[in-house]
Amino acid sequence: MAAKAQTRTSVLPQPSTGSRVADAAFRAVMYFSIAVGFVGLGVILFDIAADGLPRLSWDFITRFPSQIIPERSGIQSAIVGTLYLMLICGVLVVPLGVATAIYLEEYADRSRWFNRLIEVNIQNLAAVPSVVYGILGLAFIVRGPLSIGRVLLAGGITLSLLVLPVVIIVAREAIRAVPPSIREGSLALGATQWQTIWKQVLPGAVAGIATGVILALSRAIGETAPLLIIGAAVSPRFNPSGLFESFTALPIQIFAWTTDANREFVSAAAGAILVLMVILVLMNSVAIYLRNRYEQKW
Amino acid sequence: MDSLAYTRTRRSVGEQAVRYGLFAAAAVSVVTTVLIVLSLLRETVSFFGDVPIGDFLFGTKWTPLLGGDQQSFGVIPLITGTLYLTGIGLIVAVPLGLLAAIYLSEYAPPRVRKVIKPVLELLAGVPTIVFGYFALTFFTPEILRGLFNVDVNQFNALAAGIILGLLVLPTIASVAEDALASVPASLREGAFGLGASKLQVSLRVVFPAALSGVVAALILGASRAVGETVIILVAGGQVARLGVDPTVGYQSMAAFIAATSRGDIPTGSIKYETIFVVGMALFLITLALNALSIRLVNRYRQVYE
Repeated sequence: MAAKAQTRTSVLPQPSTGSRVADAAFRAVMYFSIAVGFVGLGVILFDIAADGLPRLSWDFITRFPSQIIPERSGIQSAIVGTLYLMLICGVLVVPLGVATAIYLEEYADRSRWFNRLIEVNIQNLAAVPSVVYGILGLAFIVRGPLSIGRVLLAGGITLSLLVLPVVIIVAREAIRAVPPSIREGSLALGATQWQTIWKQVLPGAVAGIATGVILALSRAIGETAPLLIIGAAVSPRFNPSGLFESFTALPIQIFAWTTDANREFVSAAAGAILVLMVILVLMNSVAIYLRNRYEQKW
Repeated sequence: MDSLAYTRTRRSVGEQAVRYGLFAAAAVSVVTTVLIVLSLLRETVSFFGDVPIGDFLFGTKWTPLLGGDQQSFGVIPLITGTLYLTGIGLIVAVPLGLLAAIYLSEYAPPRVRKVIKPVLELLAGVPTIVFGYFALTFFTPEILRGLFNVDVNQFNALAAGIILGLLVLPTIASVAEDALASVPASLREGAFGLGASKLQVSLRVVFPAALSGVVAALILGASRAVGETVIILVAGGQVARLGVDPTVGYQSMAAFIAATSRGDIPTGSIKYETIFVVGMALFLITLALNALSIRLVNRYRQVYE
């Protein structure tokens, strides 16, 4: 009745029953698609919490991995390795990534072929599979020209190269978001181009850059394949004491325990996943906080 | 005057130095690409010194780690295995990802979007080893065998492929949503003005208008699936197999590389070289997919921006 009344009063043609059914059906399949993502994530988190929570204890975090006794195994060397890798990546990726972003946004003349090459190259590098970076690390850093062996620094450099494009792309967006009027004002007051960038543009872009760096680092510490390929150690009972020492990381330890023939190690893998996920959630919370707290509105 | 001129020169020298320094940093990424290509190329060339290129490209048996007569270097099973697993992943991820993208871009109220987007980003941020763990220890035993009663091996294409799909779903959804959202509002308004329903506007106006971007999203998703390693390494098995039975395991190119290279194979051995020749094939395939998707994205940007 209500629909009929509406039809009479409205000038617009009303959809037929058939099209309303189609619309409802389409909405239903869309809700289903979104639900699959939600349920998938939920089930993954629930399964890992169920497997891993019983394992979480101070002993688990501070002990070294055991090859023989699953219930006495710990992840100290893996946590320490992951933190060191994050540190190395941060030290390498921040200056390189930000400098590249500044060059491309503030200096590069797009009509020059090499500047266009740099841009296209970064777009492509961002999508190169991580195993290929592992191969690069193996052939050039672990062996070949650098030959530093299967050490912490080799892992750090490999992961840095892997996430560098992410940092560059995000930092460029942050720099681009600083309006030209800021630069023009600074230049008009007699500042040089570099003074303008250093004192005006970068402070305005720092929140965006920091967010990008954190996202890149959280990608780096979740990577397994490149570290497997360059030959990270499995279950070492020591922490790396320097850049040129053998190392492991949380994803490697998780991989080793997940694929161990002794299924008793599965709960240790789940416990290590929980620790890795807690680190990732903390990093992402910092990123969100920075974005909300320091984001400039021009 | 003198001092002013002096400052100017010193300033301009400093400015020039900064410029070169920044250029050097930007060049690092180009050097990275050159090094990747060089490292792949060197061992690939030396591999083809030992194995005829025809045997590699057209051979149907991939057993490079076996000895003597058993050793064979036909890459076909690795490539078909990769495509098969990617295919299963895309069958899951393409419809779900596109529907999610249409919902987010055309239907979702802003408040709902604000909830859904971060959850998809969270899903995209989960390390792939976690997906691998889940596929092996939960999806195969509890869902496939338990819930659906499918008789699958411990390592099987079904679990690896479906979880691969869950991994690329957020990628496809987010890139496709960008493409749909960049369709100008005037197109939608015009269609509504002609009396089209929401469904007609979404599917017959917005979707076709964003088609190149949507295709780019699919290609990017495919490229991620092709390059994904750990899920397949953990849940897909270690056998390079030719076939279509989804209940058994298959090896992909990326998984072969990670399974074979554990840092201790002798440099220069034929096993060492296989890592690089498979890496080269993977690099070329993903490069082609990425270049195509970047071109398509640039095309829709040019049309609407």
